Amino acid sequence: MSAYDLLIAPFMDYGFMRRALIACLCLALGAAPIGTFLSMRRMSLMGDALSHAVLPGAAIGYLVAGSLSLTAMGIGGLIAGLSVALLAGVVSRMTVLQEDASFASFYLISLAVGVLIVSLRGSNIDLLHVLFGTILAIDNDALMLIGTITSLTLLALAVLYRPLVIDCFDPGFLRAVGGRGPLIHGLFMLMVVLNLVASFQALGTLMAVGLMMLPAAIAQLWARTLPAMLAISVVTAFVSGYAGLIASYHLELASGPTIIVAAAIIYVVSLVAAPSGLMSRYIRRPHLAN
Amino acid sequence: MNAPAIALENLTVTYNRHPAVHHVSGSLARGSLTAIAGPNGAGKSTLLRAIMGELKPAEGAIRRAVSSRDYGYLPQAADINRRFPVSVIDTVVTGAWKRAGAFGGIGRAERQKASEALVAVGLEGFEARPIGSLSAGQFQRTLFARLLLQDASVIILDEPFTAIDSRTTQDLIDIVLRWHGEGRTVVAVLHDHEQVRAHFPQTLLIARELIGWGPTHEIMTHDNLKRARALAERWDENAPVCAVPA
Ligand SMILES: Nc1ncnc2c1ncn2[C@@H]1O[C@H](COP(=O)(O)OP(=O)(O)O)[C@@H](O)[C@H]1O
Ligand SMILES: [Mg+2]
Repeated sequence: MSAYDLLIAPFMDYGFMRRALIACLCLALGAAPIGTFLSMRRMSLMGDALSHAVLPGAAIGYLVAGSLSLTAMGIGGLIAGLSVALLAGVVSRMTVLQEDASFASFYLISLAVGVLIVSLRGSNIDLLHVLFGTILAIDNDALMLIGTITSLTLLALAVLYRPLVIDCFDPGFLRAVGGRGPLIHGLFMLMVVLNLVASFQALGTLMAVGLMMLPAAIAQLWARTLPAMLAISVVTAFVSGYAGLIASYHLELASGPTIIVAAAIIYVVSLVAAPSGLMSRYIRRPHLAN
Repeated sequence: MNAPAIALENLTVTYNRHPAVHHVSGSLARGSLTAIAGPNGAGKSTLLRAIMGELKPAEGAIRRAVSSRDYGYLPQAADINRRFPVSVIDTVVTGAWKRAGAFGGIGRAERQKASEALVAVGLEGFEARPIGSLSAGQFQRTLFARLLLQDASVIILDEPFTAIDSRTTQDLIDIVLRWHGEGRTVVAVLHDHEQVRAHFPQTLLIARELIGWGPTHEIMTHDNLKRARALAERWDENAPVCAVPA
């Protein structure tokens, strides 16, 4: 088998592989930087919670459309995700519960309701699709939705970059100068939900945060400045997507989990080899004079 | 005299209905340099947060000549995530917010000003260092450099020299005096009475109630300080409703 057969032919021969690759590129450009900001805001687990919150909406979309329509499920997921984010925000402002505690409660409720809805009406195959994604079944409509979300995300990140960065490290300053921190936070949460909807189409609700948080973690191991982190997260997310697709094609594995495993392999290698990783602890380099 | 920079009118600020600042009136003249003194828990930080608009008065009012958004403010325990990967120079440059806002460009002129501010606080060559790698004193100098860049007409400092070595403190006091010389209104919470007497013409002594507000040598007397200590230690969980008429 030539390198061409191994690495390029699958995408030349099959439209679904090309669409899957473009979906991965979009997710890398949008979801990975969002994940980096999430973890910089120390909200990594919030992304996970929100991704489960998307499920009941997707399930209802699936019921209404009567089939596995990614668009209907995407819209349903968007509504459910935003509702949970809003509710959790409101509850944390009105009660003694911190935002993460109220998130945890809401996403558990959402996940249970979602699985119930799917299992009531759908077959087990459908449940698996919703939970683990259908990246190889992404049609043109779904691709348009994902592409739109990615474009919006990049635009929003470019416009909001400065207040978002300041809100991450010095929210008090932003408040003092009248920088509308709560608005920035709200828009950011909106982007998180949008990108979860985009990546759940491809990777399923259980894996949706995978391409968001793993590249973000990898980026932090290698880079010390935010722009470098953002760039590394995009590149590793895309490389994982490409490698995962190739592996799932040749080895006939489910594509979503394979992509996440590819990212996980990069993560483990980085844990050991990155400048701030495990190996640096055991390599002694002479200290400097000044 | 012209209109004051900030006037407090019978200001009361409470937490769960307990007053932390109680019926305080008075004003800060434009261009004045005022120390705020008082024991721990006297309500100094509460007073400053109310002036910044972070806490709403339970009673009374605060009149400001310019919006508190244009104040430079250094909180006592700044809620800053030091592990965030941002450099010293980028932190200082955020001080250009008033001119650049959320979207405006930050050109070479602002970067130049930021570098000069770093030189002024003795952090030349620290531009590219991540803030997480600084010592507490170096970080405090960074925040002062940002205040320099903010170019605010009112500057509010809450215990700016706590846990700072004497050399750094002296450098930072020089900056405070320079601001005073430039006609800015400066307010600083200080615990070192010597510093207050040496550098601050005006003092506001508070222990929940206002003990005194005026020229430092009239306020920082032995009797006043003793009264402040005694007042601050008073605390009644089941205090009755305050009877002072609004
Ligand atoms: N967030 C809060 N909730 C309840 N009480 C508070 C809070 N912050 C401060 N206090 C109380 O208000 C009083 C004044 O606090 P503070 O203004 O921080 O004092 P200072 O800065 O003079 O040391 C103290 O008795 C303190 O316990
Ligand atoms: Mg205080």
